Amino acid sequence: MTILDIRDLTIRTAGGRVLVDGLSLSLAPGQRLGLIGESGSGKSLTSLAVLGLLPEGMAASGSVELAGTQVVGASERRLAKVRGRDAAIVFQEPLTALDPLMRAGRQIAEPLRRRGLSGTELRRAVLAALERVLLPEPERIARAFPHEMSGGQRQRVALAMALACEPKLLIADEPTTALDVTVQAELLDLLDALVREREMAVLFVSHDLAVVAKVADRVLVLKDGRAVEEGDVRDIVTAPREPYTRALVASARQLESALDRRSGR
Amino acid sequence: MKRLPGQNPARGLTRSLTRSLTLTTGCLLAGAVGLLALVSLFWLPYASDDTSGGRLAAPGDGHLLGTDKLGRDLLTQLMTGSRIAVQAGLGSVLIAATVGVTLGVLAAFAQGWLDDTLSVLLDILIAFPTLLLAMLIVAARSATLESAVLAIGLAQSAVVGRLVRVLVKRVLAQDFITASRTSGTSWPRIVAGHILPNIWPTLVVNLALQFGLAVLAEAGLSYLGLGAPPPNASWGRMLQEAQATFTTAPAGALAPGILLVLLVIGVNLIADGLRDTLDPAARRRRA
Amino acid sequence: MARYLLRRFVFLLVSLALASVVLFVLLRMLPGDPANALTAVGATDEQIAAARRSIGSDRPLPEQFTHWIGQLLRGDLGTSFVSSLPVGPEVGARLNVTVPLTLAAFVLAVLIAVPAGFLAAYRRRTWYGSLLSGVSQLGIAIPVFWLGMILIAVFALNARWLPAGGFPPDGWDRPGEAIRSLVLPVLTIALVMSASLIRYVRSATLDVLGSDYLRTARALGSSFGRAMWRHGLRNASVPVVSILGIELASTLLGAVVVESVFALPGLGSLLATGIAQHDYPVIQGVLFVSTLAVLIIGFAADLLQRIIDPRLRRGLSGGNR
Repeated sequence: MTILDIRDLTIRTAGGRVLVDGLSLSLAPGQRLGLIGESGSGKSLTSLAVLGLLPEGMAASGSVELAGTQVVGASERRLAKVRGRDAAIVFQEPLTALDPLMRAGRQIAEPLRRRGLSGTELRRAVLAALERVLLPEPERIARAFPHEMSGGQRQRVALAMALACEPKLLIADEPTTALDVTVQAELLDLLDALVREREMAVLFVSHDLAVVAKVADRVLVLKDGRAVEEGDVRDIVTAPREPYTRALVASARQLESALDRRSGR
Repeated sequence: MKRLPGQNPARGLTRSLTRSLTLTTGCLLAGAVGLLALVSLFWLPYASDDTSGGRLAAPGDGHLLGTDKLGRDLLTQLMTGSRIAVQAGLGSVLIAATVGVTLGVLAAFAQGWLDDTLSVLLDILIAFPTLLLAMLIVAARSATLESAVLAIGLAQSAVVGRLVRVLVKRVLAQDFITASRTSGTSWPRIVAGHILPNIWPTLVVNLALQFGLAVLAEAGLSYLGLGAPPPNASWGRMLQEAQATFTTAPAGALAPGILLVLLVIGVNLIADGLRDTLDPAARRRRA
Repeated sequence: MARYLLRRFVFLLVSLALASVVLFVLLRMLPGDPANALTAVGATDEQIAAARRSIGSDRPLPEQFTHWIGQLLRGDLGTSFVSSLPVGPEVGARLNVTVPLTLAAFVLAVLIAVPAGFLAAYRRRTWYGSLLSGVSQLGIAIPVFWLGMILIAVFALNARWLPAGGFPPDGWDRPGEAIRSLVLPVLTIALVMSASLIRYVRSATLDVLGSDYLRTARALGSSFGRAMWRHGLRNASVPVVSILGIELASTLLGAVVVESVFALPGLGSLLATGIAQHDYPVIQGVLFVSTLAVLIIGFAADLLQRIIDPRLRRGLSGGNR
């Protein structure tokens, strides 16, 4: 049984340029897949294509089956039902991903409302969602506007919104890239713990191998819109086969060893 | 010379002239009226005070577009009108650019209360519509084209000044300004070498828009009898004179308006085209 | 918020004071002598001096200024040099025409521009999206008085549905006639105003359509319509509201041309006569009242923006500094 099944996904611009070329991947419930590649490799587009949210002027062909629903070519009404319920997403830039004019609590309430909650029940669910992502003083955060929070707090709110949908698949599109390094580690731990306890499937998109290795069990390496290599995180890190993957691993190791040298080990 | 990303004016301009439909259409429209104005400097079908045509003669028969209620040839009047319109536009924009850029740069460099005072003053001036300011200035001097142009130009300098202030402040916040300050470049050299090259694309687009607005404002003033005095045939005055005979002699009440609209649309299209080629970020937003 | 209101109010008063000084000084720089307007051609020096005494223009400028401000503080706009009638009631009577004219045109313009601007953005790749943008391009290039002339020719002279101009002498006592005489002027202003508004609504809508928060809302299951309703409308209204304030103010003051086309006894025509006759109290009165209106409109627009956009609740001006 699979939650996400992508077969031969190709994404083209209106001008015919191919951005993602014949990509196939599949995810079983509870599985965590890292999608790694440099900027422009098509990894973010892939994650948008899963939700049928490609930017205007781009078209997908092939097949994207999300929890049994064919996303490619689906109507807007059908897509709206699938989004949130089957898959939810956390974007890279938490400042712009949240509505600047709406208090955090009301933004989290939106998906909860769609699940039929209202009144005190809804209020309690919003606070619970904020507590779940370990935000201190959830009451205060619920009343705050995005510009009144730190970057880490905003991303926790975005994560709380996505989890409030209780999706079967969580897509995380570079969720920690815009954050400070220390905040980044905290958020990764949190995300890891939350999806583990819910046995949620995860599609984790990043350019950073170290970050992916922390959350994912399997890794798919993308380069120029094509899948270069796929495998277990451990195998990829210890024995990369393709030259591009080797370069990725080598550069990640180099950084790490610099740290080791300096700390005198 | 450092630039903000995405600008290569000279190449962009030639390439876009051939590629941008907007810019080409704009140039054609504005160019046609401009050509009419140019020709009027050397040749007119009749003298502008020749009233021999008879009142409100129909088009044809020696008068291609007919005559007005004083017997003057309509085509002749339209041609002198185009000259006045172009003069009004160019003159106002020249004043607005000179005064506005100076004010804006000064306001951008000013700190603290001086900055506040200047920007509040500009805001108040802007709240005062062009037409009212123009009416005051025209009333203070006398109703001539020069008064009208002066008034429109001054009113527009406030708008240009505020825009320049915001633009310059944005450039001043860039790292390369700090870099050249640290390396000891003087302020005048920074203004000439870094600031002006970086603000000119937006500035030129705005000035093109101001040209259109100035032409409209001059027509409005002339319509109210506050523009160029007779026998100068400003389009606004022609329309005012033809209003009473709109149904009997529609040519006189339509032709000046049509030319006016063509000129202003032409200039606005040029502005849009320039913005698209000079500022790719804006194009992406508009696309 | 209370502190902001207070500071913003003080700012309004200071601007008003500043504007009064500028107004007063600018007017005294006019070369003409108002006494000339009062006396016959070839009047003796004595007659002119008497005329000056009677209107107070022989006094030193600072004294004239304090006199005027004193009057203003008592709610008195002074007395016309020419007609010797108090300016206040005259301005009030003219406002009965100009204010309904401006407000009706403003409301109509917004009703046209908001849906049209949204469609021009949302359907920009279809023929009617381009058509809407094209029509607004045309609209901003049309001189308002010419549009008025054309509407008169079509609806008043040809079809004879509506009066070509004028206003019933007993004004709003005959509401039917008053409204009929305002239909064409309102339409004229509204069409020209909506043309430029459409462009702002269109670009505000484009910003929203490309925004990340709209994408987030849709990615989590909001339908497009619901996401636009919950997030788009509010966000798009921020830039539009600030433009609306400026448009309303400039329409109020720019009504002079339209009033002239339709021979309406409004504030604009009062100003035009005042300027022609060098009637300082009338000019001062009209400009003071309209400046006050402009400042209050600006205040309201700022306030509205702050209510909509929490990010603005920090600075004083709330503008784009």
